[in-house]
Amino acid sequence: MSIIVSAIGQGLEWGIVGIGLFLTFRILDFPDMTVEGTFPMGAAACVAAIYHGYPPFVATLIAFAAGMLAGLVTGLLYTKGKIPVLLSGILVMTAAYSVNFRIMNRANLSLYGKPSMLRNHFLASLPPYFDTVTLGLLFVTIVTILLIYFLQTNLGQAFIATGDNPTMARSLGISTDTMQIMGLSVSNGLIALGGALVAQNNGFADVNSGIGVIVVALASIIIGEVIFGDLTMNERLIAVTIGSILYRFVILIVLKLGFNANDLNLISAIVLALFMMFPVFEKRFRLRHTFTRGLSSHD
Amino acid sequence: MTEPIFELKDVVVTVNQGTPEQINIMDHVNLAIYPGDFITILGSNGAGKSTLFNVIGGNIRVTSGQIRLHGRDITNMSVERRTRFLSRVFQDPKMGTAPRMTVSENLLLSMKRGQHRGLGPRRLKQSMAHFKDITSVMNNGLEDRLNTATGKLSGGQRQALSFLMATIKRPEILLLDEHTAALDPQTSQELMNATNSQITAHHLTCLMITHHLDDALKYGNRLIVLDHGKITYDIAGDEKDNLTKEELLSFFNDIEG
Repeated sequence: MSIIVSAIGQGLEWGIVGIGLFLTFRILDFPDMTVEGTFPMGAAACVAAIYHGYPPFVATLIAFAAGMLAGLVTGLLYTKGKIPVLLSGILVMTAAYSVNFRIMNRANLSLYGKPSMLRNHFLASLPPYFDTVTLGLLFVTIVTILLIYFLQTNLGQAFIATGDNPTMARSLGISTDTMQIMGLSVSNGLIALGGALVAQNNGFADVNSGIGVIVVALASIIIGEVIFGDLTMNERLIAVTIGSILYRFVILIVLKLGFNANDLNLISAIVLALFMMFPVFEKRFRLRHTFTRGLSSHD
Repeated sequence: MTEPIFELKDVVVTVNQGTPEQINIMDHVNLAIYPGDFITILGSNGAGKSTLFNVIGGNIRVTSGQIRLHGRDITNMSVERRTRFLSRVFQDPKMGTAPRMTVSENLLLSMKRGQHRGLGPRRLKQSMAHFKDITSVMNNGLEDRLNTATGKLSGGQRQALSFLMATIKRPEILLLDEHTAALDPQTSQELMNATNSQITAHHLTCLMITHHLDDALKYGNRLIVLDHGKITYDIAGDEKDNLTKEELLSFFNDIEG
């Protein structure tokens, strides 16, 4: 039981990472690799700030700001420096590895004996793992509500239009450069926020924790899409978090089958590949037809 | 004589500068656009029609010369800033609309053309009645598809939407870049009629690139012909009304020959 609760908690925290990637990957249609640098950056900045005596909540906000800054750099390289977005992201991701090392002065920093948001009185009084679930739910809800509001504003609509058709957006006077920089900043801020929460949950930050983040976040997005199909923009944001929780269950099952934690990146990649190939399978084996027939009552 | 809205003064655009392929794709062009002008533009491929629109729209920087709006120098104004007075319909139906956004969302975007877009709510519902009114003018069923993603519309509906988006907030200058060319003959004719009646009804100042000599003769009060980056022919008023297709054709043959 507790292992399932733990998986839900992790799924909620990683949901924020998925939502962050959704802004660039789905709305702007950008393959943004920066995330593999900003996830550990959020973790590093948060843990380092706690070490410097900042309250855990403030440290988490600092992590968000650090991620935004990294996203801003990617955005400037792409829009003003005219470097392709994939390469811009790889440059910042690579540079972030060194920066993260500098932030912590070492490769791995433990929160042992230090405060964290999970160690406040209310959360500590909850049954095991429910602290993570509560905190994750709180953050993912706030982030989702703010984004849903934002996407329905005039600025949010301009942001969506930029991803949908940049030529049209410019012809309507939308500064697509500004929209893309803003999207990359907010996206990476959210991913760093996710990194900060996961670090507090794990009790440490590690410069190598970025590897595979993009695959995990993408898996959340794709699982949500494959399962729920056609959704409105608001529903899609919520589907990312649900996809993230389901992904944790898949991992849980795979670990139960006897794989260990070192196999996780291989498993993540396989899970994502399978879900991304779902439309092909669906066509070939008429899966949806079989499902609906299996579920409908027989006459 | 009224003052021109928009002027090109001795505009030159040179490409491949400093190489043996150096060429002026816009060659000392002078053009004054007056309020209410509906100018049809003819020219063979590569004559500089698209370049002219890109210069007016700010997508291409001029090598030399000046661009003026109401007498004010705007030569270096950005594309985004120019959308405050200018709107454009592209030839490709895919270029003028956001495919994953609905018809009404697209119209809402275009209502704020050239304006600041802030963090206020978009207020889509309050505009639906207005959208229903203006889409029903196009007579192609667009008014029943306001909540459909534009990617699912037919090419004709998409182009009609692009045209509405370009005119919903009256531009000082409207650029139509062969906006009916990608459609089948009947749909194309319907959109052309709707275009003409809208332009006439609202006294829009418009430049329209076309490949159809008939359309160029039938619509507008002024006709210009481009060739090798130069305006080689510019007639207006009675002179244009009396122009026949044969005269225009012979003129084209002169260019080609």
